[in-house]
Amino acid sequence: MSALKIKKGATSHSAYNLRPNYSDTVERHTLAVLVENEPGVLARVIGLFSGRGYNIDSLTVAEVDHLGHRSRITIVTNGTPQIIEQIKAQLGRIVDVHKVNDLTVEGSSVERELALFKVSGKGENRIEAVRLADIFRANVVDSTLESFVFEITGTPEKIDAFAELMRPLGLQEIARTGVAALSRGAV
Amino acid sequence: MTKAMTGAKMVVQALIDQGVEVVFGYPGGAVLPIYDEIFQQNSITHVLVRHEQGAVHAAEGYARSTGKPGVALVTSGPGATNAVTGLTDALLDSIPLIVLTGQVPTFMIGSDAFQEADTVGITRPCTKHNWLIKETDKLAATLHEAFHVATSGRPGPVLIDIPKDVQFATGTYTEAKQVETHYNPQVKGDIDAITELVKAMETAKRPVFYTGGGVINSGPQASQLLRELVAATNFPITSTLMGLGCYPASGDNWLGMLGMHGLYEANMAMHDCDLMINIGARFDDRITGRLDAFSPGSKKAHIDIDASSINKVIHVDIPILGDVAHVLEDLLNVWKSRGRKTNQEGLSNWWDQINDWRAVKCLDFTQEGKIIKPQYALQRLEELTKKHDRYITTEVGQHQMWAAQYLGFEDPNRWMTSGGLGTMGYGFPASIGVQMAHPDALVINVAGEASWLMNMQELGTAMQFNLPVKQFILNNERLGMVRQWQQLLHGERYSSSWSESLPDFVKLAEAFGAKGIQCHDPDTLDDAIMEMITHDGPVLFDCLVEKHENCFPMIPSGKAHNEMLMGDASTDGAISGAGEALV
Ligand SMILES: Cc1ncc(C[n+]2csc(CCOP(=O)(O)OP(=O)(O)O)c2C)c(N)n1
Ligand SMILES: [Mg+2]
Repeated sequence: MSALKIKKGATSHSAYNLRPNYSDTVERHTLAVLVENEPGVLARVIGLFSGRGYNIDSLTVAEVDHLGHRSRITIVTNGTPQIIEQIKAQLGRIVDVHKVNDLTVEGSSVERELALFKVSGKGENRIEAVRLADIFRANVVDSTLESFVFEITGTPEKIDAFAELMRPLGLQEIARTGVAALSRGAV
Repeated sequence: MTKAMTGAKMVVQALIDQGVEVVFGYPGGAVLPIYDEIFQQNSITHVLVRHEQGAVHAAEGYARSTGKPGVALVTSGPGATNAVTGLTDALLDSIPLIVLTGQVPTFMIGSDAFQEADTVGITRPCTKHNWLIKETDKLAATLHEAFHVATSGRPGPVLIDIPKDVQFATGTYTEAKQVETHYNPQVKGDIDAITELVKAMETAKRPVFYTGGGVINSGPQASQLLRELVAATNFPITSTLMGLGCYPASGDNWLGMLGMHGLYEANMAMHDCDLMINIGARFDDRITGRLDAFSPGSKKAHIDIDASSINKVIHVDIPILGDVAHVLEDLLNVWKSRGRKTNQEGLSNWWDQINDWRAVKCLDFTQEGKIIKPQYALQRLEELTKKHDRYITTEVGQHQMWAAQYLGFEDPNRWMTSGGLGTMGYGFPASIGVQMAHPDALVINVAGEASWLMNMQELGTAMQFNLPVKQFILNNERLGMVRQWQQLLHGERYSSSWSESLPDFVKLAEAFGAKGIQCHDPDTLDDAIMEMITHDGPVLFDCLVEKHENCFPMIPSGKAHNEMLMGDASTDGAISGAGEALV
């Protein structure tokens, strides 16, 4: 047995918890991921985020090129610059991923989301809801004597703002599509 | 040319076309059609293991010792779930494997059928890629693609799940050359980045090469170029556990392994260097220790084929994305064309410093009395086997670290250990895979008694296939590495770390028809090892060693490279003055 005196409890903190000195500012990034339209790709992408502890604020996926067999996954995530770089590199090495674009850093982009709002109420509230919907350019897509379903498109912030205003007016349910995004310009 | 055949036949045909010679596997209902095809051909040898975990580790041993992908074949449900540990092991160590699993017929998927498991779901996080095949027509192309994906870029395990009806149905066989793939990772490094590294190398006063398993994975050419580069620049070189053998242990510039149980000189050189050149390693936490104190004064370059390894934990100044062999070739050319410059004066001072560190002789120990020290057992094993055509596998624990410290590796693919996952039970089946690939070589698994018991059933496989693998068990009757941590970090409360009720290993060997040897006396150790080597057949060598020996040097987790704990022999007298900083 070693005669050495060994300090008890030598571990103050483990390397597992440490991160290098990158900026600590958490940034929001929108990533466009072009993937092979195969079963399991989405599971791999989502599994990557949950397995490695990354955040998903929004995720949308749909086939965008039927002949080319491609789908586009749009992910809004947040993290420090180093984490964002890791996320992109990790996505990039998935075998069925063709391309990862960070729309937040690669020039300016447009983002849209569609949402449906069910608002129920009577009297003043009902009138106020319609008035606000008009200001936000939301359409009424269903109505009863006690309720409306509004359809609204816009940036996630605009939809958040609309939700805040509807809440006291009888907001029952929201369905949001998640963000679709494209870079601005010709290509 | 198109050929019609059943899915089961396609599997065998594709394996033959891909040059596969050995498949490790275990049959069951969902793979019977494939086994039927295996029965009717002679090109491929099927090794029947005794547990599916053994099949995957054996395939790993085969792959790690040849550089070729290893192949395993198992049934659905429990066969597939038993393969999970091996897949994860291969993923973490970047070992190319093709694992074929049977699946219930397509029309029964999702019905909780007998022996149904969501194999692609379960194995998604532990494979580089996996596929569930639903049409026989796509099977052959997928098999060929699987070999491509497993072996290109950063290698890794892939899995193909094949429902039984797909195996029975007839489809069109696709030749490998007809298969299109979009998976094509970049191998050439960026020449500007390489030139920047060369410039840094020209002026560095205290450079060090920090190499890893990526050099081995890149192929023999990479090790060759690395040796040329080290010889030409006279820079010191260390390596991770995974990279041992990429530079010869007998080489002048070799500092030994680095990391948690690495050598003093290697860790100190990493801590004090001014230029760190990481070649195919990944700044694992066993290597870096405390991150904010990791090599604080150095400029860091990192050559890696996987972009996600670069800047993952350590920020590097010169990232180079590419295959090691390709990048080293360009690096050497650029360095030569710019006049083969290094900072001679700086280097000479650096070597003086390194030689002072070497003089600490951190691996020294004293063998005295009648009890074999594990270090001594390995030193003797090294002496008596190093001239042989030798391959070493290990289990996981203290014995593994001692093997890394006391055995010398002159070439790549000679040292096959479970690094990233640290899988007890890996070494024995891996040795079987190695011996299948190298029938005439001396294959030794350096084991701990506890690890070895985890896959001991494979002794049946070794006997059946006449594989003369040598199981060299350093028996300390302890889960030694656990006991060491409990001693150092948990107030000597040895919670469940005694190996109790151990079998009589000699009788155990004999029960399988193998040879058992027990040795407890340092004076008879050499003869016993010679008896093991010369015996033509599997040997279970029960080497009774000092029970409470600790493995040093050791960087406790959360500590920096210059905060190593040392063994008693070398710290005697070194504790005062400057040496105090080491404890
Ligand atoms: C499958 C698995 N379970 C648990 C562990 C944790 N573990 C690491 S080393 C060790 C003890 C190994 O004992 P032994 O094989 O006798 O080797 P020794 O350390 O005594 O040389 C254990 C339990 C592991 N690495 N793998
Ligand atoms: Mg033990």
